[in-house]
Amino acid sequence: MDSNSIKLCYHIPGNDFALAGEASSNVKKMLTQLGVNPAVIKRTSIAMYEAEINAVIHANGGIAKVEIDSGKVVIKIIDKGPGIPDIGLAMQEGYSTAPDTVREMGFGAGMGLPNIKRYSDVFEIESEVGRGTTLKIEVWLKV
Amino acid sequence: MESYFHSVTLDEDNCKGCTNCIKRCPTEAIRVRKSKARIIKERCIDCGECIRVCPYHAKKAITDPIEAIESFKYKIAIPAPTLYGQFNNSYTRNRILNGLKSLGFDDIYEVAKAAETVTNATKKLIGKGNFKKPLISSACPAVVRLIQVRFPNLIDNLVKIESPMEVAAIMARTKTMKLQNLAMEDIGVFFITPCAAKVTSIKAPYEKDKSAVDGAISMKDIYLKLLNSMDKNKISVNLEQSGYEGIRWASSGGEALGLGIDNYIAVDGIHSVIKIFEEIEKDRLEDIDFVEALACTGGCLGGPLTVENAYLAKSRLKKHMEEANRVSGKLQSSMQNESDKVKIPLNDDEGLEWTGNIEHRPIMKLDEDIVVAIKKLEALEKINNNLPGLDCGACGAPSCRALAEDIVRGNANETDCIFKLRDRVRHLAIQMSELESKMPPVMDKDK
Repeated sequence: MDSNSIKLCYHIPGNDFALAGEASSNVKKMLTQLGVNPAVIKRTSIAMYEAEINAVIHANGGIAKVEIDSGKVVIKIIDKGPGIPDIGLAMQEGYSTAPDTVREMGFGAGMGLPNIKRYSDVFEIESEVGRGTTLKIEVWLKV
Repeated sequence: MESYFHSVTLDEDNCKGCTNCIKRCPTEAIRVRKSKARIIKERCIDCGECIRVCPYHAKKAITDPIEAIESFKYKIAIPAPTLYGQFNNSYTRNRILNGLKSLGFDDIYEVAKAAETVTNATKKLIGKGNFKKPLISSACPAVVRLIQVRFPNLIDNLVKIESPMEVAAIMARTKTMKLQNLAMEDIGVFFITPCAAKVTSIKAPYEKDKSAVDGAISMKDIYLKLLNSMDKNKISVNLEQSGYEGIRWASSGGEALGLGIDNYIAVDGIHSVIKIFEEIEKDRLEDIDFVEALACTGGCLGGPLTVENAYLAKSRLKKHMEEANRVSGKLQSSMQNESDKVKIPLNDDEGLEWTGNIEHRPIMKLDEDIVVAIKKLEALEKINNNLPGLDCGACGAPSCRALAEDIVRGNANETDCIFKLRDRVRHLAIQMSELESKMPPVMDKDK
């Protein structure tokens, strides 16, 4: 990892939809100030937003750790939620375990994880039932 | 790169250096320095929020005085439909148009009429179906500039059709050149404007090299003269050309309703527009076909250069629309005669599209070199964490984070923050009192 990088850490509150998306919004502002290509900023903020919302809906919140250097943005979303029993199933488009109350708000369409994979350059997901889930999202700044 | 023009300016004599405007600016373009507000040129999008909110009327828009029309042989006024809502309904639309003409113009062309042409072109575009959803209207120049500066990912969503003001100017010119046998330079087209953003569109257009309009006269400036003119002159010629759809553009939702589609959102007020654009950027509005976004609350009727209260103007505008509807049968036939006389080349879409493309303006960038920018951003975060976080504005910047940014850009000092300054003074005071209590033993007379 470059020594010339900026490290940020955000708390993701659980079940608070008013605040959901603050971390990705913040990162978006940072990338704008760094002069990153707008299309790259859009991919990064959507991928991070989806991961953030997942942590809010399913895991009662978590932590977002972001590191930005001149070549890439690496986002780690770590939660201590229930974990994902079948990752392959969770990655299927349309598959969602969101409760009805959340679906009524317009979330829970089952596109979160597939979208994150689509928008990121490197995507790793680790999960253990009963312990939690960690997502690692990497977006390259140079095309 | 030419210096950037914007029509919103400061009247220094009236400015008290309060902090009202710096907090409302959607691009954080204003700072208070040496007790006067200063606008950072590159950040200003001419939305007019500062004009609206200044309690001392120190913020103004640069517009042309009516005497400016004298530089032309043939003078045409193109009034925005907002004008009709500025007067009470005892003044009919025709009377207002005639009153305007008597101020020294040779002809009037209603922008509302051109708006109907733009509506048709937009309908065709929507009908084609192959566009990036949602389509965002480009009628409000402040909104287009907001997109350039803060939402560059939405540039491709814009409807790249000329605004009704430009179309009106082109049509008026073409018609006049043919009928009057005049050269281009002899014709002066002046827009009667409710807003500052349109003035900038005329002086420094973003979608092409030169505007078809020669100048802009503010509704505030022309209001009294127009009232007097209407009361004095009772003669009138039929100058009405547009129907109710064109007139409706002045009010928020007017443009969208004219398209006859269900899937639209009409948002007004720059801060509400920003919220909606943030949602669009998150791909949350993909099932919406069209977004009408206007910087002023109430639409153009709420523009910073209008005279009348926007809500009152809206109810007056309704009466003008109803009146237009009643005579629409007669209007149809007179329209036919006009277009038979002169072949106006804008009946197809080609003349209406933008010839240039607008670009992203990355004003928020801390440095051209991303490596340097990262260092600056790190410094910014550190400084920001050290500031009180009150966003009080006493340093002249709209927020603590904005001050941190200014410091990192070399435009401010940490001691500009009065809380930081007091901290330092307190430290100095503590040091002084410590020193005061320590006298060298030789000199000490206190014991």
